[in-house]
Amino acid sequence: MLPVLVGLVILAVIFQALNGNFLTPGNLVNLMVQGAVYMLLAMGMVFVLLIGEVDLSIGFIGGVAGVIVATLIYGDAGNPWYTGIACGLLAGTAIGIFHGLIITIVRLPSFVVTLAGLLAWNGVMLIILGNGGTVPIQDPVIVSLANGVMPSTIGWIIAACLIVLFAADNLIADRNRRRNGNAVRAPLMTYVRIGLVAALAIAIVGLCSVNRGNFAPVTGVPWIVLILLFFVITWTVLLNRTAFGTYIYAIGGNAEAARRAGIAVGRARVLVFGISGLMGAVAGIIYASRLRSVSTNLDGGTLVLYSIAAAVIGGTSLFGGRGKAVHAILGGLVIAMIDNGMGLLGLSAATRYVVTGIVLLIAVSVDALARRGGANAGLS
Amino acid sequence: MSAPTLLSLRDIKKSFGAVQVLLGVDLDIKAGSVTALVGDNGAGKSTLIKCIAGIYQADSGQMSWEGQPVKVANPKAASAVGIEFVYQDLALCDNLDVVQNMFLGRERKRGFLLDHNAMEVAARDVLTGLSVTTVKSVRQPVASLSGGQRQSIAVAKAVMWNSKLVVLDEPTAALGVAQTKQVLALVRRLAERGLGVLLISHNLEDVLSVSDSIAVLRLGRLVTQVQRDEVDSQQLVELITTGRLRGELASDALRQAGAAAQSSTSGIEN
Repeated sequence: MLPVLVGLVILAVIFQALNGNFLTPGNLVNLMVQGAVYMLLAMGMVFVLLIGEVDLSIGFIGGVAGVIVATLIYGDAGNPWYTGIACGLLAGTAIGIFHGLIITIVRLPSFVVTLAGLLAWNGVMLIILGNGGTVPIQDPVIVSLANGVMPSTIGWIIAACLIVLFAADNLIADRNRRRNGNAVRAPLMTYVRIGLVAALAIAIVGLCSVNRGNFAPVTGVPWIVLILLFFVITWTVLLNRTAFGTYIYAIGGNAEAARRAGIAVGRARVLVFGISGLMGAVAGIIYASRLRSVSTNLDGGTLVLYSIAAAVIGGTSLFGGRGKAVHAILGGLVIAMIDNGMGLLGLSAATRYVVTGIVLLIAVSVDALARRGGANAGLS
Repeated sequence: MSAPTLLSLRDIKKSFGAVQVLLGVDLDIKAGSVTALVGDNGAGKSTLIKCIAGIYQADSGQMSWEGQPVKVANPKAASAVGIEFVYQDLALCDNLDVVQNMFLGRERKRGFLLDHNAMEVAARDVLTGLSVTTVKSVRQPVASLSGGQRQSIAVAKAVMWNSKLVVLDEPTAALGVAQTKQVLALVRRLAERGLGVLLISHNLEDVLSVSDSIAVLRLGRLVTQVQRDEVDSQQLVELITTGRLRGELASDALRQAGAAAQSSTSGIEN
């Protein structure tokens, strides 16, 4: 995880040096919001990459979910927002599970099945959109998912709760480990960890509490930050503390060993594709919410490639068995930073692609070199 | 002779299409002792253990476990009976740590969540019980372990589930001298703890140093099952390659020598 953190700092320094507006509170908050779609997609991608597969379809799964939500709630006689979201999420999960079933039962490579998915769901999205080409979203709840903010006070309360929970969890875990005679990290390290998380939480809420409006005052923590937090915590707990999480790593590490250990590899694979479909749908809904509409412009292909890039830049291995949910956040942040920073500098989309490509290459190289070094030292 | 027979096979036959691989194998494995299964390539060793594991089904023959007839339909059934296998390729996940590997597929939980503490304690206990002391931390990934350590973990994983018989397929094939010694010592400790061990190996030196009884398989038939002290290395090679001892049928030669092993292999001649 260290390389990507160093990368984030380097990017921040470069962009700040080139344009003094980069590290302003307004832009930093903007950054989190801009990166959200990549982060959510990349979280789904991390799961798929962990078991050594890939899912090229999640961008357009998101497109389909977004268009389902927008269509269902459209107009005066439209359904309430929660029906729309529930249907969108269900559809995304179902599509993912469907892909997983084909991959498992027919034994096809996930690359091909999800490539077919990329094409087909793009088509489905266009069919639902129909001739109009755009479905606007006016529902205040859905619009505020990506655009709304909570009052700073609530932000502070949530931050305080999370810090306390994190500290308690760490300290209790350490105490139990010590009591059982298990290996424990140095107490100082635990305090440093807690301190860093606390500092981060305080920094984010603090940053969001500064007025960032140009005309009318704007303060508060974007709801999207809470959504991201919810998913990253949920997936981290799933991966680290449940048997299913261990199975995901085991399948990525040595699928044959997992099978011999009695793990239902096929079922786990289907569920993982279900999770990636779900995250595709979440990202698609957030994307629609941010633009306040769904249109034929949605480019699920680029979104997918960016989300793979985000997962890998964050530190997840393309070859399975290594990765964390938080990698999606870090990688998504890098991508958003490049997008945002280059945009501030007035550089074209073409330049942005080139730079993103180079950063991806650097990230993969650093990862490969680190792993080789680690293997030599017997540490990898 | 006094120890109870754990697993006994009688007249096991298996063919794949026209190719007859096992032509009627008899084998007895006793608790608390190491039984070695030796034979040249193609003798049918792998097929035989896959029949025991339930990966293959024998075409005919009887298999009994602790005196009762038993049928092993699949690998899960084998482990339910109390037979665990350590395959040559170990079946460990490099990216998981020692504890995760040992508990893979049988994790201990508290509610929905894993009980990391209990598993770590149990894993350490098993390793200590087997005197596997070279693994510094049970929280290190298996990728960082040496070949001998990995083999030890694989064996420990196999014995921690109340298994009574552990089948080891070529456990020392990829190991250096010191690590081979380590693993063989571990194999001896398993037998001392009362487990039955079936050791498949090409390395006759290892076989002679660690086993109590040696079964020789040749071209799908069991040539003989002898006690360790009845043969030397030279004779073992002769048995494996020709199926004969000093020019006579192995069973006859040993009978003349008054071998005690006869009682357990009497099924061969009739």
